[in-house]
Amino acid sequence: MLIRKPSDIRSSEITDERWYLGRREFFRLAGGLLIPGAAGALAGACSDASSAAGLSDGGGGQSPLQNVKAKVINTDEPLNRFEDITSYNNFYEFGTGKNDPQRYGGSLKTSPWTVKIDGLCNKPASYHLEDLIKDQQLEERIYRLRCVEAWSMVIPWVGIPLSTVLNRAEPQGKAKYVAFTTLFRPGEMPGQRTDSLQWPYVEGLRMDEAMHPLTILAVGLYGKTLMNQNGAPIRLVVPWKYGFKGIKSIVQIKFVEKQPPTAWSISNPQEYGFYSNVNPEVDHPRWSQAREKRLPSLFATYKTQMFNGYGDQVASMYAGMDLKRNY
Amino acid sequence: MPSPLTLMRRLVKPVVFVLALVPLAALIFFVLTGRTSANPAEDILLTTGIWALRFLLATLAITPLRRLTGWNTLIQYRRMLGLFAFFYATVHLFSYIAFDRFFAFGEILADVAKRPFITAGMTAFFFMLPLAVTSTKGWIRRLGRRWQTLHRLVYVSALAACLHFVWKVKVVIGEPVYYAAILAVLLAFRLLWRFRPSGGIRRQPARA
Repeated sequence: MLIRKPSDIRSSEITDERWYLGRREFFRLAGGLLIPGAAGALAGACSDASSAAGLSDGGGGQSPLQNVKAKVINTDEPLNRFEDITSYNNFYEFGTGKNDPQRYGGSLKTSPWTVKIDGLCNKPASYHLEDLIKDQQLEERIYRLRCVEAWSMVIPWVGIPLSTVLNRAEPQGKAKYVAFTTLFRPGEMPGQRTDSLQWPYVEGLRMDEAMHPLTILAVGLYGKTLMNQNGAPIRLVVPWKYGFKGIKSIVQIKFVEKQPPTAWSISNPQEYGFYSNVNPEVDHPRWSQAREKRLPSLFATYKTQMFNGYGDQVASMYAGMDLKRNY
Repeated sequence: MPSPLTLMRRLVKPVVFVLALVPLAALIFFVLTGRTSANPAEDILLTTGIWALRFLLATLAITPLRRLTGWNTLIQYRRMLGLFAFFYATVHLFSYIAFDRFFAFGEILADVAKRPFITAGMTAFFFMLPLAVTSTKGWIRRLGRRWQTLHRLVYVSALAACLHFVWKVKVVIGEPVYYAAILAVLLAFRLLWRFRPSGGIRRQPARA
């Protein structure tokens, strides 16, 4: 982990990448017919071509974030490109295809946005998003993201430690877990009109995991506010856990006494557990977790690290636990 | 000079052949020009897999279509479609071996033993293999009646392919279900005809 001084040299790069997103997007749409999962028909390609550049903007009002403390946590691995991070997503609220969140994310209105913090705490409250982060120092955290599907990316998030938000609510001693809920708004989230998962999406962390300094609420990436496909306007990032623990578009954070249900373990308890720590030794029932594809690489040759490489900071929380049973 | 009908027939087969290569050509084009998703290996794997299944189902659709429409000429496309199913399945299998397992054959064998969706996929492939090999005129002649019996293995292959797809996805909705439903319809025709040879459906003479 490196701690470096703030720098502000990134924005020019981003402009460059977004400039050619339009061109690539056209071909991606044209390829929709051939590449399965991309359910869009060829017919759509022509009508969308003129607004192809707008399609990426449609994914959520990106605006630059001010006063970001750069590279609070860094890595020497190369970052994934903005356009990869924003076009290859699992966000079933917008569909099960990897490109569905980018394609359909634009319909979600993220302003105004309220986050309710309640449950076993002394100061339950509902916050406008702006008020929630107003007095906080935004930090850039460059984290590896390891998906349970055995691919990974390196992403420059911008956010605040979850603990600062939790502490403000003054959790009570009885609070052992934190439960999170995603927005439920089927009118704007077409995937919620299907039965792919039980809605709304819910997630949870044990109190010590939630309070851990690596756990953040992200509001941006690459120095700008989040695109809808990445979980705008506010999402959880827990870098030592599989990506699906990082619940998106959060509307409620609740202190609870018992281990809360989580979306994927409701859907398939044999395959997805509550902890879901990255662990190369515990396979998913249908595939190995020993290696991963560091996108955009073709080959799954990257050795998956225990706790996604954050073991030094987090392993002690699980001392004595059987990680095969608590998957 | 050949009649327009003959000319058309001669033209259609090469056209179908070229069309069947379009998914592969498009895929190569997308990969070479960086127009895939952020996970090009997955694009290759999914695209070749879905086209293998599509061609397999198209192959199985020939006989019911022929019986329902009386277009016996359709039979001349069956072998080609079947071989394209095998071709795409081969590319699909090799992309799994190369990209996902990086030629670690020990891991692949473990996958086959441990993971039902891989077992199903391998079953689908290996039941197609003898069919592809014996698809030549020489083998058809040599095997005689047994050829038809052997080629009933295609049903096993198609069932396994659909299972492979259903078991592979994280949530079973949409595409895998549709393809399984199509296979069910195609197989239902055969069952129907087996037990009620003329059951309400217009029968065509053996030769048109």
